[in-house]
Amino acid sequence: MAYVAVKGGERAIDNAHAWLAEDRRGDPAVPEITLAQIQQQMGRAVDRVMAEGALYDRELAALAIKQAQGDLIEAAFLLRAYRTTLPRFGYSSPADTAAMRIRRRVSAVYKDLPGGQVLGPTYDYTHRLLDFALAADGRPPAPAAQAPAEAATMPRVSDILRDEDLIEGDGARDLGREPGDLTREPLAFPAPRDVRLQALARGDEGFLLAMGYSTQRGWGGSHPFVGEVRVGEVAIEIVPPELGFAIDIGDVTLTECQMVNQFKGSKTKPPQFTRGYGLVFGHAERKAMGMALVDRAMRAEEFGEEATAPAQNVEFMLYHSDNIEGTGFVEHLKLPHYVDFQSELETIRRMRREAEVVG
Amino acid sequence: MSLDLPGFADPVADAQSAFRALLDAMSRPGTIRAAGTALMPPAPLDAATAAVLLTLVDGDAKLHIGPDCAAARDWLVFHCGTDPCADPAAADFVVSTTLPDFATLSSGSDEAPESSATLVLQVEALGRGTAWRLAGPGLAAPATLVVTGLPADFAARWAVNHALFPRGVDLVLCAGSQLAAIPRTATVTEA
Amino acid sequence: MTGYNFAYLDEQTKRMIRRALLKAVAIPGHQVPFGSREMPLPYGWGTGGIQVTAAVLGADDTLKVIDQGADDTTNAVSIRRFFARTAGVATTTDTEAATIIQTRHRIPEKPLRDGQIIVYQVPQPEPLSKLEPSRAETRRMHALAEYGAMHVRLYEDITRFGHVAISYDYPVMVNRRFLMAPSPIPAFDNPKMHMMPALQLFGAGREQRIYAVPPYTSVESLDFDDHPFRTTRAPHPCGLCGATDAYVDEVVTDDRGGRLYVCSDTDHCETRRDAGHTGSESPDQEQAA
Repeated sequence: MAYVAVKGGERAIDNAHAWLAEDRRGDPAVPEITLAQIQQQMGRAVDRVMAEGALYDRELAALAIKQAQGDLIEAAFLLRAYRTTLPRFGYSSPADTAAMRIRRRVSAVYKDLPGGQVLGPTYDYTHRLLDFALAADGRPPAPAAQAPAEAATMPRVSDILRDEDLIEGDGARDLGREPGDLTREPLAFPAPRDVRLQALARGDEGFLLAMGYSTQRGWGGSHPFVGEVRVGEVAIEIVPPELGFAIDIGDVTLTECQMVNQFKGSKTKPPQFTRGYGLVFGHAERKAMGMALVDRAMRAEEFGEEATAPAQNVEFMLYHSDNIEGTGFVEHLKLPHYVDFQSELETIRRMRREAEVVG
Repeated sequence: MSLDLPGFADPVADAQSAFRALLDAMSRPGTIRAAGTALMPPAPLDAATAAVLLTLVDGDAKLHIGPDCAAARDWLVFHCGTDPCADPAAADFVVSTTLPDFATLSSGSDEAPESSATLVLQVEALGRGTAWRLAGPGLAAPATLVVTGLPADFAARWAVNHALFPRGVDLVLCAGSQLAAIPRTATVTEA
Repeated sequence: MTGYNFAYLDEQTKRMIRRALLKAVAIPGHQVPFGSREMPLPYGWGTGGIQVTAAVLGADDTLKVIDQGADDTTNAVSIRRFFARTAGVATTTDTEAATIIQTRHRIPEKPLRDGQIIVYQVPQPEPLSKLEPSRAETRRMHALAEYGAMHVRLYEDITRFGHVAISYDYPVMVNRRFLMAPSPIPAFDNPKMHMMPALQLFGAGREQRIYAVPPYTSVESLDFDDHPFRTTRAPHPCGLCGATDAYVDEVVTDDRGGRLYVCSDTDHCETRRDAGHTGSESPDQEQAA
């Protein structure tokens, strides 16, 4: 057999893409899924893709999910790559989560509090039994009963504790500079908390879950309580310089978690509770809670705690939380490495020859 | 009002070609390249000086405008979209028609030597005047750069900057629609 | 391609990369942090090289893209298409005709000339990363030129195996000051970097670093007086063109131990074959046999 140098990379790619399109569509006898169906019926997937794709656009997220055949990391990547090309018109004012229109709000530290506990649409107390009724063509469920909203305002639990000076301030207002933006500036260490939180908000849900979990098992633990988890809609405002006043540009669904953690106090600070903070696009309690655990763990140095666990290592956490980076680099191992492997082959053959001579 | 004068006619292509001229000049110290040939910037800026600034400066880079270039301030603010910085020591780019004391500019830090200033110095002429001998990375053999407008003690002043390596200021010389560069790695002696 | 700027990146991003590139050239071998953007290709697949190429590329350029030395490997095809689509530039497989060469893992066999630019895709720009995982710490080590640990690591190889056992991404010292990762090219290619007439640019997208080696700059592979650096290649001529001095890939031809060695640089191999050079697998050779 005469060896023919491998050719046809272009054709192979075209054919692979055609096959992928066919595979994506599946059996043409089955109706094609619509973006509206994905947005309405795969809402949590849309939320996750918006959070990790760092772009709040339900329709584009639904398109990305459809295009990626439901591979949510691939979908987030599609959204990220699109996001980079968008012009930047300005920065919003800080979102006021105290003014959130609450769909769900639970606190694990107070039995009752102004605004009450609002269970909202949660899986928490569902029995995890497959619902075979859903497998059949179901009729829409009966509308859920809704209690009239008790209080117009729902103060954040952290603000209640703050009034008594039992918890540290949230530090947001005394930054003294514009918050960092790691989509424009390369990461540098030590990374301030605003940059860390930005990285975590875009971070992989699975990574944050696992690392948050590790802090609960003794790897950098900080005795957390869920001060509050709240989910709902928050108005986003911008102040155009030519107008000089705020205009509302729309609502986003956010999930916020305030972890309340023990702190013994130091030479300069009285004993008080400390905070771990999580804020995520969409309805994403698992991620917001993981983020809050990890945020507090990464503050070890700030509180004079010994930082020995992985979740406390800021550099480790920030360099490995992004699944777009992670998936790219792990999967790049599929690319040809013939040249490097050849050099390793020659080196190992040479070492074996030398070992045989000596032996 | 200098704002009437336009910037690059084709912002994408003109910036690209000016950048390549700069990249080439910085890679081969002393090499003279054309830049901004079609530009008509306000006084006192020459075409090459303006081209370098249009190519590299925007709201994310701090530009200090030397007092002798103040007349072009409005034009630079508008076309570069930058808010000039008053303190030369805090600037990423400094534009001037006279050589400032290198010690007044940022030379970066040992950990971040890239944070040093780039001095865009407009001189009277490139290719005629005093000859300077350049050596260092980018040059297979020492090269000669001929300039009108550098002070007589330039070599001694540059030597102090060069000795800071890896810290140090990088120099871009502009005259008319020509430019040349002397990166911090280059040694300069009188030819 | 409509809806996107020339060469995909917006002008503000290009300016940021261009500023980083000029500083990189002024500090040979030093890693300059830059605000790397998400690209429509995955991290690890050449996003750093693509961003550098996009910031440098002009309408008059002729671009060559290689992966493993070959123009026709799928990732090279994909990147070449990306620039043909977004910048409409001329592309070539001819090393001599290219003004910009983007590469992964090889330096072409044909010596590059003055005026050319070679852009390396870099997965891991930090040569000290295997010795010290913290980038805050390695940055400090570079600032102090504290490279003793790397020499110790190489010497440990010599004590154990009689020679350094690094066969690719072999660390180099640039301009006698900065320790630099040459990217995962085989050590065979390292000598080509020394005093190369072309400008060498390096882009690491995921790690957000750009670095450079100007033309005619000293690039020395780390070694010891009593154990000088030496390169290896498979001790076989290319089966297609007979070259004995080019880097070859090993191809498995059957399940009985059959091996064929062919040039990894496909342009080099084709040029030689066009000039009449033959190897053991050449058609006329087979007929003769």
